[in-house]
Amino acid sequence: MTRAMEPYLRGGLKGTPFCPGCGHGVLLGAVLRAVDRLKIKREDLLFVSGIGCAAWIPSPNIAADTLHTLHGRAVAFATGAKLARPELTTIVVSGDGDLTSIGGNHLIHAARRDVDLTVICANNQIYGMTGGQTASTTPIGAKTATDPTGNRWRPFDTVSLVLSAGARYAARFPVTQPGRLSAAIETALSIKGFTFVEAISPCPTQFGRRNIAGDVSKLYDAIAALCIDEEQARAMDFDTRLLHFVTGEFRP
Amino acid sequence: MSAKPVSSPKPKVLMQGNVAAAEGAYRAGCRFFAGYPITPSSEIMVRTGELLKEKGGTFVQMEDEIASIGAVIGASWTGVKAMTATSGPGFSLMQECLGYAYFTETPLVLIDVQRAGPATGQATHVGQGDVMQVRYGSHGDVFPIALCPWSVQEMYDLTIAAFNLSERYRVPTFVVADEAVGHLRENVVLHDDFEIFNRNRSGAGDPFGHDAPDGVPPMPAYGDGAALLVTGSTHDSRGYRKVDDPKVHEALVTRLMRKTMDHVEEIGDVDEYMLDDAEVAFFAYGISARSALAAVNRLRAKGVRAGLLRPRVLWPFPAPQLQALGARVRSLFVPELNKGMIAGVCREYVTVPVHAINQCNGKALSPDKLVAFVEEHP
Repeated sequence: MTRAMEPYLRGGLKGTPFCPGCGHGVLLGAVLRAVDRLKIKREDLLFVSGIGCAAWIPSPNIAADTLHTLHGRAVAFATGAKLARPELTTIVVSGDGDLTSIGGNHLIHAARRDVDLTVICANNQIYGMTGGQTASTTPIGAKTATDPTGNRWRPFDTVSLVLSAGARYAARFPVTQPGRLSAAIETALSIKGFTFVEAISPCPTQFGRRNIAGDVSKLYDAIAALCIDEEQARAMDFDTRLLHFVTGEFRP
Repeated sequence: MSAKPVSSPKPKVLMQGNVAAAEGAYRAGCRFFAGYPITPSSEIMVRTGELLKEKGGTFVQMEDEIASIGAVIGASWTGVKAMTATSGPGFSLMQECLGYAYFTETPLVLIDVQRAGPATGQATHVGQGDVMQVRYGSHGDVFPIALCPWSVQEMYDLTIAAFNLSERYRVPTFVVADEAVGHLRENVVLHDDFEIFNRNRSGAGDPFGHDAPDGVPPMPAYGDGAALLVTGSTHDSRGYRKVDDPKVHEALVTRLMRKTMDHVEEIGDVDEYMLDDAEVAFFAYGISARSALAAVNRLRAKGVRAGLLRPRVLWPFPAPQLQALGARVRSLFVPELNKGMIAGVCREYVTVPVHAINQCNGKALSPDKLVAFVEEHP
């Protein structure tokens, strides 16, 4: 992250808590750049997160109001805060397991209510903090601590999920495209109503070492190669498409 | 700390207990309600929603009870007084968030209108089986405050008192009502001359710590420019996670305990009836105290010197008053609509026999049953 973003960070922090090769630091930078471009004052910002690695992206790093909640409950807590104090730009940053598995019901209902929240989902396709268990976003066939021979269940398409529930805007980009990711967050923040951005953020420690042989750069190459656009997606059958990341910006 | 009226010039009105609780909440300054429908508490949500829509405030029906209490916590940190209401199954769902609220020192009020449990149980019938869940429902050590109304008047009064206590001590505060009191219709005076306590919202001092071990820290709100760090993980006085520091965890858990337990006398509130010369006494709360009051009168008419000690504040437990009573009476009778939850607690504090009178059939105890029981256990 550039020095220009330092005013948004709390003083006295010694580096990030993330593993080497984790994508979450890039996502933190993408969030802050979007906020900076929109010139949102720090005292008007509220960051809400759940439990897991991604929940540590805003808390304690960002020097604004933060609410580090329980596993799965970030969107519910954020809904209350936003409704009670609508002038706060309220941003949820949390992980795929937190937002779409244990917290899935809150996510779709916030989208249905069109609460003016921006939810940023750091999708590392696995439960990182607890040791690499299968998530509701783990691809079919991927090896995890709880599915060492390969996951048999299909992953959520989180973008389709929130759009069908009523989101006004949804986007998906990998941290390997930080410019487009940050631009999507900026767009989401500038739209009034429920918006959603999924950031594909690789987890070398839990996902990479079980599934991609070689060093961390191989994991990043693999993620980048799986990113396709809508046109490419339309040419694929459903099951093949599920093994890819359909990137882009989507509106209902 | 109870909200006792300074004067009562207002007329009596006939009202349902749950509706009176909603009126009390609004009067106490509640301006946010999030909830989910559940019998027998739903009238609280409906009436609070009406009041907030008519007079100003935020009402939202959430997708479940977990979301409801979560939204209440989020709202409370924006500086508003916030509340939810529920019953047994919903109360169970809320427990994790209630532990979070306790550990983050989030003021909120929860009204639990008890029904006959466990599980779905008897949704429309009275029970008193949540009195231990309200005390111990969360994992870890928690020391919440819980009030037990026995009348429509107290549904109003104690809801106001609950907000005052919650704001004063930054602790989740419960009104543990029951279906009988919640659905009771009787006269109530909606006093409007209560003292209202508001949290210390100043930015002076750390939001999660205090020099005094029993102290209540100030609580700035989101948007005040305090760059608050609120977390349910173990945290230092500024809110930074300290999940591996044994001293920080010990100090935090201890301070939160002392915040409630060092103020038992200030928080506590009991009602005494005919105890001056009592030889036997009831210790009863909620609708069962109504049964006990009638039983005392009938026993007195028969020449039995009976009395009643009734905690309006059940948690923290009124140990000093119970111990004093235990030193004066021959035996204690604890009628409850459960299998003896509070009777067991009473035995920790007195040496005289404690007779549990239990009923779990979805009905309130009949005074005649209590009279007969006392006569059979002289």
